[in-house]
Amino acid sequence: MNPRLAWRNLWRHPRRTWLTVAAIAFSTVLLIFSITLQFGSYDIWIDHALGVYHGQLQIQHPDYLDKPQMRKTVANATGVAAKLRRDVDPRKVAVRGIGFALASSQERSYGAQVIGVEPGYEPEVSTIPNVIRDGRFLADPDAAEAVIGATLARNLKLALGDELTLLGAGRDGSVAATVVQVVGFFESGMAELDRVLVEIPLGHFQEVFTMGDAAHAIVIAGIDRSELDVQRDQITTLLGADAGARVRTWEETLPGLKQAIQFDMLQGWVLYVSLIVVVTFSILNTFLMAVLERTREFGIMLALGASPARIGALIMQESLLLTLVGLSIGVLVGLGITIYFYINGFTYPGLEEYGAEFGFPASITPEISFFSIGLAPLAILVFTLVAALYPALRIFGLRPVEAIHAV
Amino acid sequence: MDDTVVCRALTKVYQEDSVAVHALRGIDLVVPRHDFLCLSGPSGSGKSTLLNLIGGLDSPSAGEVRVDGLKLAEMNRSELAQLRLHRLGFVFQSYNLIPVLSAIENVEFVLQLQGMSFTQRRRKARAILAEVDLQGLEHRRPGELSGGQQQRVAVARAIVSEPSLVLADEPTANLDSVTAENLMALLRHMNEEHGVTFIFSTHDKLVMDYSRRLIKLHDGEIAADERRT
Ligand SMILES: Nc1ncnc2c1ncn2[C@@H]1O[C@H](COP(=O)(O)OP(=O)(O)OP(=O)(O)O)[C@@H](O)[C@H]1O
Ligand SMILES: [Mg+2]
Repeated sequence: MNPRLAWRNLWRHPRRTWLTVAAIAFSTVLLIFSITLQFGSYDIWIDHALGVYHGQLQIQHPDYLDKPQMRKTVANATGVAAKLRRDVDPRKVAVRGIGFALASSQERSYGAQVIGVEPGYEPEVSTIPNVIRDGRFLADPDAAEAVIGATLARNLKLALGDELTLLGAGRDGSVAATVVQVVGFFESGMAELDRVLVEIPLGHFQEVFTMGDAAHAIVIAGIDRSELDVQRDQITTLLGADAGARVRTWEETLPGLKQAIQFDMLQGWVLYVSLIVVVTFSILNTFLMAVLERTREFGIMLALGASPARIGALIMQESLLLTLVGLSIGVLVGLGITIYFYINGFTYPGLEEYGAEFGFPASITPEISFFSIGLAPLAILVFTLVAALYPALRIFGLRPVEAIHAV
Repeated sequence: MDDTVVCRALTKVYQEDSVAVHALRGIDLVVPRHDFLCLSGPSGSGKSTLLNLIGGLDSPSAGEVRVDGLKLAEMNRSELAQLRLHRLGFVFQSYNLIPVLSAIENVEFVLQLQGMSFTQRRRKARAILAEVDLQGLEHRRPGELSGGQQQRVAVARAIVSEPSLVLADEPTANLDSVTAENLMALLRHMNEEHGVTFIFSTHDKLVMDYSRRLIKLHDGEIAADERRT
């Protein structure tokens, strides 16, 4: 009806209005902070969880995902990898053989996952070559040497230079056995990997496990997050229809990560929606009070010939203005805080330990996007406007005489 | 048909906790155009009730009200709002004004509801405020005006839309006698200059003396109806 009238009505009780504005602003800041951080941490979770070992895409035998078995291999893996390095950006490609073996030192034996890696290319798709705590990473593609997880090394009581016996089954079912020299220990940041992983050169792996030129996975990394599906389709096309291989995304090869994120998100939403509901009700409460004490005034307006719809619209306008003031302050402050942490990174005590377990760094960069910043204010706006419908619609039930005689 | 208000067998019964209060018991009343009518009577005699029914702020238990020939009972809520906006003006006992609007904005409020442009309504509101002797006070808020000045603004607002009827329920009740007489002189002036029909109520002898027709209500009935000169 009249924005100026609405605006002035808003400031009839400045302290009350400021308190409401503060409540809206505070919850906006809180939500923007939490949401940007939450989204930011997922990117980091994903990047780091994948960067350690899994990569973003893997080319595997079509049945390998369902039931990983020695015999489900990709033929001429190094040839395919070479072709990918030539034709596909960003050319971060490495071939792996994957087997299981009983790993024995002089004193003890443990089950281990034996990975044949290309020493030259593995650093492109995995951080493990760069987190060698003692010794060095593999160098010679055919040497009988290994780097192993630090935890596994501790369990086996192995020192640098010690010999490690690996005993497993080859692709053809024959016994695969080798003795390798331990040249390095790694701490990947993923406890699970540090406990079971033994990496040996691919050439040696193929020989020991009678693989020929085949391998189990071609790992691809370095793809822009938004390009993942496009790249998958492109590579699928490149492989050809009957390549005997399938391109798998990380969501398939590491389903637990996706589930963990979804669960975490759900928890977040429950919390956020509860917060918004609580804030909305407190706003509704003050707003209802403000409207009730003006009953007589509304009665006068009705007597003057204002329709209930116009008065209702005035109330909606007042609540819109109130919310917008709160949201503007909230978005400005929230954006300021988010930008600060975007530049400086956000961390808190315990994050480092927690992060080490899941393989992400000690500080989180909040995600700044229209969605992550705009979601909270939009939700609050919708909730408060819906809430304001209640006092606005009450005007339709107002009888002029009674309203005028109200005090 | 040149009557502003026609009431036929107008009855209002309030239901108070199973007790029926007969506020009006069959009022027959014809108010011709340009009348300046005063409702008097003891407290509880039904003055306010009658004014509210004529203004369409409340609905009767029986009987009918016609304003400018229009039957109020046949009008829906928005038609009643339109009627009040274009044909009626109200002045209440006190706290008539919208507190966050200045005197001139209060007067303009009605014109704005009617959809008049800003410059037009500003000019009109300014002129009417001058007529009620409030020039220079246009931009004061109600809280910064005396009771008498507030009532003058209310009169200006009631008259500015050029209604055919102004209803005023004890407009002078909160004013001292000098201020009350000034306000009555103003209402009389408006009645004569603008040709608006007035119906007002009062307890005050002094105020009754300004009327041209005096109706005495007693216990919901018209006890006397006299023309004065
Ligand atoms: N909302 C209501 N509910 C119940 N009874 C009411 C209501 N309004 C008025 N009455 C009763 O109706 C009767 C007439 O009341 P009304 O207000 O019209 O009198 P009045 O002449 O204006 O009195 P006063 O001079 O005190 O203003 C009174 O008995 C009053 O108690
Ligand atoms: Mg009364």
